[in-house]
Amino acid sequence: MKQSLELLLPSIQSVDAGLSSVGYIPSRQISTALFLAVRLQKPILVEGPAGVGKTELAKATAQHLGLPLIRMQCYDGLDESKALYEWKYGKQLLYTQILKDKMGEQLREFSSLDGALDKLNEFDDLFFSERFLEPRPLLQSLKQPGGAVLLVDEVDKADEEFEAFLLEILSDYQVTIPELGTISAIVPPIVLLTSNASRDLGDAMKRRCLHLHIGYPEAKLEERIVHTRLPQVEAQLLRQIVSFVQQLRSMDLRKLPSVSETLDWARALLLLHASHLDVDIVRDTLNVLLKFEQDMEAVGKQVLEFVEKAKAEAAL
Amino acid sequence: MNDVLLRLLRAARGAGVRISTGEVLDAFQAAEAVGYSDRLALRDALTLSLAKTVDERAAFEATFDTYFRREALGSATQPGADGRAASGESPDLEGVESPLAQRLLSDDQAGVAAMMEAAGEAAGASNIRLFTQTNLFARRMLDRMGLPELEREITALRELGREELAARLEAARKALGDQARAYMERQLTLFAAGAAKELRENVLRNVKLSQLDRRDYQRMRGLVRDMALRIASRYSRPKKVDLRGHLDIRRTLRRNMAHDAIPFRTVWKRKKVEKPKIVAICDVSGSVASVARFLLMFLYALTDTLAGIRSFAFSSKLVDVSATLEEEDIDEAITKILNDVGFGSTNYGRCLEIFCDTHLKHVDRRTTIIVLGDGRGNRNPARTDLMKQLFDRSARVIWLNPEPQPLWGTGDSDIFKYMPYCHLVTTCNTVASLERVVDDILRAAQ
Repeated sequence: MKQSLELLLPSIQSVDAGLSSVGYIPSRQISTALFLAVRLQKPILVEGPAGVGKTELAKATAQHLGLPLIRMQCYDGLDESKALYEWKYGKQLLYTQILKDKMGEQLREFSSLDGALDKLNEFDDLFFSERFLEPRPLLQSLKQPGGAVLLVDEVDKADEEFEAFLLEILSDYQVTIPELGTISAIVPPIVLLTSNASRDLGDAMKRRCLHLHIGYPEAKLEERIVHTRLPQVEAQLLRQIVSFVQQLRSMDLRKLPSVSETLDWARALLLLHASHLDVDIVRDTLNVLLKFEQDMEAVGKQVLEFVEKAKAEAAL
Repeated sequence: MNDVLLRLLRAARGAGVRISTGEVLDAFQAAEAVGYSDRLALRDALTLSLAKTVDERAAFEATFDTYFRREALGSATQPGADGRAASGESPDLEGVESPLAQRLLSDDQAGVAAMMEAAGEAAGASNIRLFTQTNLFARRMLDRMGLPELEREITALRELGREELAARLEAARKALGDQARAYMERQLTLFAAGAAKELRENVLRNVKLSQLDRRDYQRMRGLVRDMALRIASRYSRPKKVDLRGHLDIRRTLRRNMAHDAIPFRTVWKRKKVEKPKIVAICDVSGSVASVARFLLMFLYALTDTLAGIRSFAFSSKLVDVSATLEEEDIDEAITKILNDVGFGSTNYGRCLEIFCDTHLKHVDRRTTIIVLGDGRGNRNPARTDLMKQLFDRSARVIWLNPEPQPLWGTGDSDIFKYMPYCHLVTTCNTVASLERVVDDILRAAQ
């Protein structure tokens, strides 16, 4: 199966084409990263500001390869029982309660204690079998017959213990459940971890992964992205939008607009039937791009200048 | 190819990219997977498997580009049209036998480059450490490439009266010398820059803060930020630590009343870990100010790990500077604070008085009080009674003194009077000692 994945992605160019075909325009680095991830069976650690398409990359990969996407959101206090597997304790308890009489009946025929114990031993495994196992995302991703794309979102939010535990799984693609034994992946999943750098990840983790940093895209790439997602936007307006956003990014703002904001803004402008940027419409829709009051104030003064420059650049 | 990659990785290490042996293997695999034909793809692949931060990525890409840059080799046939004519009319290369001379005359740039590469390696170019070694290493490399033979040939040609050919070779030889020096300078950037930077940072870590040059502030800030990040990631524990395995029986029974107290829903005991609160009281007069600057920088880089910081600055009076520090860039804030509080003569007693009168509400049993000062109160009353009050009220009192220990208690120093009311009094005048103190505070809090 790994073979067939490699066949699906024989070269970096094919990764590029494949992702583009499902509406995700990758940069050269992104394609290389995914290509290597499949070749070397390594997880990719994706870093970058919010909204540049970290999660989207996982979705696009899954869609292109036709694999299920299994997503695990990390948070402070996440532990194995929520990430890997859990015994269905309630169900176990319920079954023992229901089967209490039945078991009593079966045990009654034994006169000696030894015989009853032997019989009980047979039951024991019954309650710790796969039937009572609740697989959580990590285990699910190992059990997919055709492989999967596993997205571990915001891994920096989880604590260090969990990170160490994750590392163990990512190095061998197998887990050990004491009652059942070792479960290995049928097909190693393609793993993407995202991080917003709210905490420095451990060196071991970084070593294990391909380290992909997605920054804000260049104008050309951003134009392609917006065009792919919103083909209705006319070329002239598209160039103006991208140029305007690119200018915003050169400012010292609290939260710079990323690709997702550019897309939202383009959508908003479409709804307003704007054919080109003008100062009023930009002022009215600025809150789509900027999320902080101070940022809006700072940009507000320069809107005219930015719009003029965007128009000039788009006309070239 | 292996050697080329290995040397590249060594250069990258010098540039500050941390690369372990395991990663070297990873890099080779990655390079194998993308192949060596496409330079950009190779660069991406190596960057992806080696760089772990954005800084490292930039550093690695720069190293990669420098490493694989070849200056266009000046060609020997360039000097004039007549030279070109001469070579076209008769390839009369009699007497030109050494491989170097032949390559120079036939304008075989790739050949010359390969020779230079091999000779550079043999001359140990990657061991170059100092700028002054450039000429020496370049000479060594040229010798290995066969410069002596070339020079002999030029002389021989002159004696035979073949001036034209000799002149062409002479020009080529000059160009080659320049290239060799440029090559060595590149090696110097690749292999020596990192070592120099490391040395500088090690020195900075241990230099007395009061003697720090202004131009080193910027670098020092980076250093402090890195240290703070390291400390923060070590102590950024979850606020709640689950004590799995300890059943909270009382609450479990209560929750399962509806099921006849058969424990379907279990409740586990949790233990809360409290983050330390810090009150920093800094003397900002004279030499203490420079230490205060870095202590505050440290503390404010750690805001995530701490529950709260209040900072106070004093010399003749005491002011709450928390707001200023939070709003402004730390350097500007400190300049502003220095202007506010001024350089009046230090009065510890009065400042303690102001603190206890107006700011005592910030101190509770979770608070660590850090006092930064030399304890020289200009013979004003020391007010140790107030110090005792703080000592009793807080979790810990730590006194950081920039003065070396032998000077304590001399002249107007009251440090020994305050000492009984501190959990720890220690000398602190380098970034390294600051890091130790902050680390210690956080550990004690856990």
